[in-house]
Amino acid sequence: MTSASPPAEPPRSVIEIAGVTKVYTMGTNKVFALRGVDLHVHAGEFIAIMGSSGSGKSTLMNILGCLDVPTDGRYVLDGVRVDGLDRNALADLRNQKLGFVFQGFNLLARTSAVENVELPLLYDRQHRWENPRALAAAALGKVGLGERLDHQPSELSGGQQQRVAIARALVTQPTLLLADEPTGNLDSHMTVEVMALFQELNEQGITILIVTHEPDVAKYAKRVVEVRDGRILRDHPVEDRHNAADDLRALGEDDPVVEVEQAPPAQVAQT
Amino acid sequence: MKQRTLLKLAWQSILKNKMRTLLTMLGIVIGVGAVIVMVAVGHGAQSQIEASISSLGTNLIIVSPGSSAQGGVSQGAGTFNRLSIADAEELKRDGTTLAAVSPVITTRLVVIGPAGNWRTSINGVSPDYFTIRDWTVTSGDIFTDVDVKSARKIAVLGATVAKNLFPGVEAVGAQIQIGHVPFTVSAVLAAKGQSATGADQDDVILMPYTTAQNRLSGNVRLGQILVSSFSPNDIPAAQSEITAIMREAHRLGDNADDFTVRNQTEIAKAATSTTSVMSGLLAAIASVSLVVGGIGIMNIMLVSVTERTREIGIRMAIGARGSDVLTQFLVESVVMSILGGIVGLMVGFGGSLILAHFTGWSTAVPASAVLIAVGFSAGVGVFFGYYPARKAAALNPIEALRYE
Ligand SMILES: Nc1ncnc2c1ncn2[C@@H]1O[C@H](COP(=O)(O)OP(=O)(O)OP(=O)(O)O)[C@@H](O)[C@H]1O
Ligand SMILES: [Mg+2]
Repeated sequence: MTSASPPAEPPRSVIEIAGVTKVYTMGTNKVFALRGVDLHVHAGEFIAIMGSSGSGKSTLMNILGCLDVPTDGRYVLDGVRVDGLDRNALADLRNQKLGFVFQGFNLLARTSAVENVELPLLYDRQHRWENPRALAAAALGKVGLGERLDHQPSELSGGQQQRVAIARALVTQPTLLLADEPTGNLDSHMTVEVMALFQELNEQGITILIVTHEPDVAKYAKRVVEVRDGRILRDHPVEDRHNAADDLRALGEDDPVVEVEQAPPAQVAQT
Repeated sequence: MKQRTLLKLAWQSILKNKMRTLLTMLGIVIGVGAVIVMVAVGHGAQSQIEASISSLGTNLIIVSPGSSAQGGVSQGAGTFNRLSIADAEELKRDGTTLAAVSPVITTRLVVIGPAGNWRTSINGVSPDYFTIRDWTVTSGDIFTDVDVKSARKIAVLGATVAKNLFPGVEAVGAQIQIGHVPFTVSAVLAAKGQSATGADQDDVILMPYTTAQNRLSGNVRLGQILVSSFSPNDIPAAQSEITAIMREAHRLGDNADDFTVRNQTEIAKAATSTTSVMSGLLAAIASVSLVVGGIGIMNIMLVSVTERTREIGIRMAIGARGSDVLTQFLVESVVMSILGGIVGLMVGFGGSLILAHFTGWSTAVPASAVLIAVGFSAGVGVFFGYYPARKAAALNPIEALRYE
């Protein structure tokens, strides 16, 4: 990765979409999930996408994440033209350039934390990674779970599971981290914890896009994009940006990475 | 993904569902086991036939009437009988590579002894017959060329005949009637057991061929001429000499042979071809259960793909290609079926031993069966695992992730 660029250069463009639409056809019905979206994201940005339910946020995220293809429109990801690529090329892009964090964590059940985290490295086609196990352990260390390598998802709290998922998203050193309601299943304390982690990662240069319903979560981002009815309604920087590490301290903790006992029911894949 | 990683992955997933894996494997285990037992029975029967054919005698060559017509269909031997006693005598006199020659005149008659009647086959032979068939007596003496010349009415009893006509009594020296002609028992033969076709070789009476020709009534005919060469290596030379002498004697000129000369190996081949067809048929029936086992694997893999839809979605989201998912599921089903094949091999091996123990059949698992078992079960794994694996690979990542 070439994250150290001279300050004089303009910031690198990570996402460039223009006129992206998504139409779902259900019988004779047509659902217009996206009705022409333009968006530019530069390296180092931290964007919160907001909007009411059904406004098309997840659809947009899925297209940005190369999990889905737009019905129409142009998409350039980190210099690569994405629209028109085949399934395999999209899979390789996901593996090399993207990291995903989901609302439901989506860890493999009955599979230890470190095995979950090393998985994306094993799917790398260029065999770029020398020692996947060690890299996975290091990534877990980075999210404060260095002591929990061999724990299975069922033995971890919701916040911890989400941090395993973040470690898995980070381990391939992606250009872009995408998170669809990453705090949707977490209580307020764990939410702040996860946001502190995102802010820390963003400081280190990773571009982050999250979808959220909560204004409290959006204020940790640098820029907010509001979506309504498949279109971008407003796009503005965050004025009174909060620091999650400070908020955590205010909540009575001085370590931003703390273990929280209670966990809401987690969705974990069956294996 | 590296091969080792793939195997590890398959192994882990197999271990995660031990009971289900066992039940799935059971189909393959039974299928492979059944095939192995059938092959073992067939193979055992075949080697038993080979053994009993070599018990016919050493360096044996059989001359029978009729040509070995094309396609192996011999023209009715009884209706086209051109073998004669003179042929046998000529072979005996002129043959230089022939160690022993004996005509075999056959008929079936009722024999009356002191203890009752017994219907048996009567063979008129020369003294060479005992050499050719490597047959010894338990009591008495076999007849000689002198007895043949004078067509003496003496009979040599097979063990079964002796047992039935003279239960617990010495037979040698006793009088019997064969087709109302009085005979003296000169010897009792050692038991030879069953022939390749399961017939009792000891249910027979041997006498000089001249006696059989002159004294017995009924459908008496020269069935075949038995010849033995000096050593196994001489068999081809002996066969061509026989053919030459016979053609000369029959004045065949440009005509085809009206007789057939076969050696022991050819006879063995003919006899075992039926059993190999039989055992092939049995193995084919048994392999139906292998197919059923394969369908079981397909069923479980389909259930597994549905159950693990979310897992597949996760793997795809983090960069697995369709081909990675396909390989993962295929490796899983192949590992499962090969494991089943190996266990089935052991079950089949044990089963054939148990079968041999309780039925007295001879069974033998040929070395090739091991390869066949493992190969076939791997093939079943690929064949029946492919469809579910394809289904998994074709999943759409978002739909898979959203699957509850
Ligand atoms: N697979 C699909 N088939 C048909 N319609 C779909 C499909 N996925 C989404 N939609 C429709 O597209 C629109 C946008 O959905 P999307 O999931 O993007 O909304 P969202 O903003 O993420 O909502 P939420 O906040 O509830 O997650 C909705 O009207 C939805 O019903
Ligand atoms: Mg959504």
